[in-house]
Amino acid sequence: MCLDLIQEMIETKDLTKIFTIKKAADIPAVVGLTLSVAEGEVFGFLGPNGAGKTTTVRMLTSLIGPTSGTARVNGFTVGEADQDIRRSVGILTESPGMYERLSASKNLDIYAHLYDVADVDGQVDKYLRMLGLWSRRDDPVGSFSKGMRQKLAIARALLHEPQLLFLDEPTSGLDPEAARLVRSFIQELRDQGRTIFMCTHNLNEADRLCDRIGIFKSRLIEVDTPENLRKKLFGRKVVFHLREVHPGWLDPIRELEGVLDLQIVDKKLVIAMDNPDILNPQIIRALVQSGADILFVGELRHSLEDIYLQTMRDTAEEEVAG
Amino acid sequence: MKHIITIIKKEWAEVFKNRMVLFMISFMPLIFTILPLVMLYFTSQGMGDMSDISTADVPVQFLEVCGEGITGTECMQIYVVNQFLLMFMLIPVIIPVTIASYSIVGEKTTHSLEPLLATPITTFELLAGKSLAAALPAIIMGWFAFGLFLLGLPIIGTSAAVIDYITGLTWLLAILVAGPLMAIASVNLAIFVSSRVNDPRVAEQISALFILPILGLLFAQLAGVIVINVMVMLSFIGSMILVDIGMIYLGTTIFQRENILTRWK
Ligand SMILES: Nc1ncnc2c1ncn2[C@@H]1O[C@H](COP(=O)(O)OP(=O)(O)O)[C@@H](O)[C@H]1O
Ligand SMILES: [Mg+2]
Repeated sequence: MCLDLIQEMIETKDLTKIFTIKKAADIPAVVGLTLSVAEGEVFGFLGPNGAGKTTTVRMLTSLIGPTSGTARVNGFTVGEADQDIRRSVGILTESPGMYERLSASKNLDIYAHLYDVADVDGQVDKYLRMLGLWSRRDDPVGSFSKGMRQKLAIARALLHEPQLLFLDEPTSGLDPEAARLVRSFIQELRDQGRTIFMCTHNLNEADRLCDRIGIFKSRLIEVDTPENLRKKLFGRKVVFHLREVHPGWLDPIRELEGVLDLQIVDKKLVIAMDNPDILNPQIIRALVQSGADILFVGELRHSLEDIYLQTMRDTAEEEVAG
Repeated sequence: MKHIITIIKKEWAEVFKNRMVLFMISFMPLIFTILPLVMLYFTSQGMGDMSDISTADVPVQFLEVCGEGITGTECMQIYVVNQFLLMFMLIPVIIPVTIASYSIVGEKTTHSLEPLLATPITTFELLAGKSLAAALPAIIMGWFAFGLFLLGLPIIGTSAAVIDYITGLTWLLAILVAGPLMAIASVNLAIFVSSRVNDPRVAEQISALFILPILGLLFAQLAGVIVINVMVMLSFIGSMILVDIGMIYLGTTIFQRENILTRWK
């Protein structure tokens, strides 16, 4: 195997899935998706319900075939080496899909066998303990809470120690405490160096867990690090809290090279700029020279939610216009 | 093969926890064994004191089946017993339908097929595992019920001629060959029906329509239209092989990953 040589764990080109239904219009669930995810990366696939996230994951795990386009997963080509793909990736499906009448350990035991795990009992025990389900291992899954089921489903996805994991909305429908536990476990997996492709419509989650985020709604709208997405969409803004604001102080600042925009909100100056490292000291100097009292300087951070809403708005406008 | 065994074990672990299914599997074969024994017992008892039934009272076609050197009572008993043959054939039809319907509809409602299909199992292994898990208990219970019936015959004092007939070619073909063939067809039918409906009872009822041809045979025989003999049994087996081929083909076409995930509602 030449796994060491593989840089990209996921590589898609123009991946497209169109559902055709009798006596109804075609549904373009995924259109022209071109994307790559590097080894060890946590990639957030962010989009609203019905965006085509699950459909994408199903294509990348060789569960359904693409209508057109290509994808390589873990070095294997979708449609050519489907068995190899299934063998080498782990998947947390949208619903846990456990056998309710069977115990937690029996559920895992079945999957360990289906994944041809060498040390079945060892792996089952390891993950039952790791996810805190050990004491409930003999109870039927039907008696489990939603959070416990989700943890069991994550355990199931890990039994064969896949280096690439697909998580389809891992925290959706969980109470905050359970969601927190699942998130910290994902953090652990990431620290182990596993590559994770995570679907979510939770912006906060994507922001906290992911190295890069793809904003997706049938088409890939934006891909970048959370930080760059903020910059790209809003530039960077620095807020200067002053004791008082005199309009006369502002002209020298406007003239500084690199100031993109300046607004006064109450007694605050909100200044848009590309490079605060260079501009901030200059602005502070200018303000002090004008006699301003600077109380506090901070960067205005946009939440990912703003970015997301902004992108969705832009796309909607483009759709109307185009 | 390892995967198939895993699936069979999983199916049995799940399905035998379902009381409805367990009842069906154990109770029905028992009824179908005890009922003919009781009937035989009373026909031989009630007629023991009386003079023999004249052969004229037995349907004409049956005399051919009974052959020479048999009393009218014995021929009458063979006639009665032949109706029960069809009951034994219902066992391998009904049990797989029950198991497969509960299993497939259960997987659909809990969405457990998707993680299963994401494993490196082939769809053939999965289908084979599910089919065998449903067909094997049916075949085994059919044979078990028949074995019980054979053991019971001498106890209730059935005459040697009748026992000879029951252990003859027609019955052996029916139990050993036709039964398993019917189990296979019935499993595939149940899988097909279960892929379309969301209530195991509805799936069961629709698939159970498959017993109609057997009931048809039963009534045809009762009405004297046909008599089940070796020839009838052989042609039945022949057509069952064709039905099986068709049903397995149907089963494998609907049992594809993409189909299961996108078309099964
Ligand atoms: N089997 C299917 N048949 C027809 N349309 C489907 C099927 N599966 C998904 N879709 C449609 O494709 C679109 C994307 O669905 P999905 O991938 O589940 O979105 P997400 O996971 O982002 O919520 C939706 O409009 C959905 O209705
Ligand atoms: Mg989804």
